[in-house]
Amino acid sequence: MSMARPIATTRSATGISTGKLAVWWLIASEIVIFGGVLGSYVMHRLGHPEWADQAANTNTWAGAFNTLVLLTSSLAAVLAHNAAEMKDGKKAAKFLWLTILGALVFLVVKSWEWSTEIHHGFTITSHTFWSFYYTAAGIHGLHVIIGAIIMAVIAVDAAKGKDLQRVEAVGLYWHFVDIVWIFLFPLLYIAK
Amino acid sequence: MSTATAEHGHEGQGHDAHGHHEPQNFFLKYFWSTDHKIIGMQYLFTGLAMAVVGGFAVYAFRMQLAFPGMSVPGWGRVTATDYNALVTTHGSVMIFWVAMPVLIAALGNYLIPLMIGCDDMVFPRLNRLSYQLFLLSIVVLFMSFYAQGGGFGGAWTSYPPLAAKAEYNLTPAGAPLWLLAVALEFAAFLLGGINFVTTVMNSRAPGMKMFDIPMVIWMIIIASIMFMASVGPLVAGAVMLFFDQTLGTGFFDPNQGGDPVLWQHLFWFFGHPEVYVVLLPAMGIVAEVVTTFARKKLFAYKTVLYTAVGTGVLGFFVWAHHQFIAGIDPRMANIFSVTTLLISIPVAEMCFVYIATLYGGSIRLTTPMLWALAFIGEFLIGGVTGIFLGASGADIYFHDTYFVIAHFHYTFFPIAFIAVFAAMTYWFPKMFGRYMNEAWGKVHFWGTIIPFNFIFIPLFLLGARGDHRRIYDYTHFPDLMKPGMQDLRILATLALVTLLAFQLVFVVNFFLSMFRGKKAEANPWKANTLEWVAPSPPPHGNFPEGLPNVYRGPYEFSHPDRQEDYWPQNVAS
Repeated sequence: MSMARPIATTRSATGISTGKLAVWWLIASEIVIFGGVLGSYVMHRLGHPEWADQAANTNTWAGAFNTLVLLTSSLAAVLAHNAAEMKDGKKAAKFLWLTILGALVFLVVKSWEWSTEIHHGFTITSHTFWSFYYTAAGIHGLHVIIGAIIMAVIAVDAAKGKDLQRVEAVGLYWHFVDIVWIFLFPLLYIAK
Repeated sequence: MSTATAEHGHEGQGHDAHGHHEPQNFFLKYFWSTDHKIIGMQYLFTGLAMAVVGGFAVYAFRMQLAFPGMSVPGWGRVTATDYNALVTTHGSVMIFWVAMPVLIAALGNYLIPLMIGCDDMVFPRLNRLSYQLFLLSIVVLFMSFYAQGGGFGGAWTSYPPLAAKAEYNLTPAGAPLWLLAVALEFAAFLLGGINFVTTVMNSRAPGMKMFDIPMVIWMIIIASIMFMASVGPLVAGAVMLFFDQTLGTGFFDPNQGGDPVLWQHLFWFFGHPEVYVVLLPAMGIVAEVVTTFARKKLFAYKTVLYTAVGTGVLGFFVWAHHQFIAGIDPRMANIFSVTTLLISIPVAEMCFVYIATLYGGSIRLTTPMLWALAFIGEFLIGGVTGIFLGASGADIYFHDTYFVIAHFHYTFFPIAFIAVFAAMTYWFPKMFGRYMNEAWGKVHFWGTIIPFNFIFIPLFLLGARGDHRRIYDYTHFPDLMKPGMQDLRILATLALVTLLAFQLVFVVNFFLSMFRGKKAEANPWKANTLEWVAPSPPPHGNFPEGLPNVYRGPYEFSHPDRQEDYWPQNVAS
């Protein structure tokens, strides 16, 4: 079924494109979701100083490496946006694939970390610290996976010069995923 | 940025020149449509069908309370497990699958593009996906009814440890399925909310400034933003509760370092704003109906708008009044008492504005107007009794009694039914191009309003006498079987059955009028807002004579310089 774009989509009373506006609202609703998880976690940590003994078993170096990977991938997302502004769809696609590579490296490191931890007996049910650890990072990881898939779809279109305005929108989302990790890293790995 | 927008805009219009093919096939037209009006009606009819489910549940468990141990016609003997599942189903269905889809999704989808003067939502396919997710949530909910151990019986608030542990709730599959259904429903409304807010921000008709937006649209937008800002913690909480149920984590289990009151915070941080999420669209409907049938300008447009925003903000700081006896810090109870009493000010202000709008108007007592007036009156009773519960001292006595039930039904019934009937009778000519029968409409009105009061006034009286809620069979509790108490329960139940029976009048009137009613012109009520510019019913693309421009506010009735007593927003002079 062919989809004609309604006139509504092309109007812009605010001066901000519809797609970008929608991503901002998406991010707003995601902030409260992560706010709920992290708020609950912080309240528990404040009430249970002894959880630090559990937190001591997280792999700070792996977390730090992943922080670096995500930050670098955000740089690639910015370069993709830059290329899209210049109407260079091929270059934008290339940088988007580079961002996806960052996402993949992040996920590989994460799965190695998790399997090591589970191997050492730190499972989601072994302690409520680990319940929070796997839940918070798991929800974040789900966002990384979804972000990578959306970027792949957009990269394929961008390479053909189609819908280049979407490169910026997905970039916004990716920076948000990055920022969530910036909160998770100190809370889950450094606070010991 | 601006170049991207311009190019985007140009491209979109290019598409549109060929656009708006009517899908030929029946299935594609009614089940796979991206047209906002079809999606709105899908939500409307699904929501009303779910109201039958919620209504049947309350019929079955009220019969058990009035006549303990009887075999209820249509259900059979209600066991204690049935009773819990029926109460839970009634509560969660009426809030999540009736009030939300009808007030937010159906009205929002149907009205937003028409009332702001554009051809569709900005993301039509996202809109379709939203409805499909919603439908999926219903499938999952029904699966939970038939799962091993039966449907979830831990109440719509789903408090742990009852909700978290299968050895307590005895529904190992029903509880997680129920939670999954609620989560899917949230996802559907988050998509819808983003679509609504973006559409109204960006796609208004040329000339429609902030204060030219009809009040019902403002209300739906404020409600959508409130929903998006409040549901997050509950989504997080739902994931945690789901893991507690299925994996055995201990987020809400004090033995494992968790905290059951945490769930209550996460739930009510959503749950209380949710009251205002459904209240505000209802208030918006009343604003449209009252101005049209009083032939008068809305008394104080900006006051209503600012009080709605005030309600929206304050609504986030009242949640712990549900937890006064849950062991929260008494100092916190004081703060939440104050914020709760404060929020009655903006809400009362809206009611006063509507009463002031009526003053000196040329009032026409049509069926939608009767519903709108009843809303103001009945909702005020709900609001005033809320003061008793918001004050933490009085709440300690009233908590978990039928007083609470009567109070929130005096708010929710006006919202989810009285205002919705006002909306359906008011916009019916637009939706189907025919009038609804007025005489039968009025029979249905009185047949609903009178029994409604006969249900809940007895419950107020019972609650004031300390009648505890969530009890399956009162004959086991001599203190709650004092003279007259059971009579009040029977009175409430008989009134309920009467109310349910009168809904048949509505259903018959609705479908007969849809096919046989008197044909309606484009603007049958002589109203000003843009949906009345489009033909009745509006075709795909809404405005066949070109999208309208806007020159004035939505409520210019009885203007002294004009011969006609209305002045549509799109008329240049």
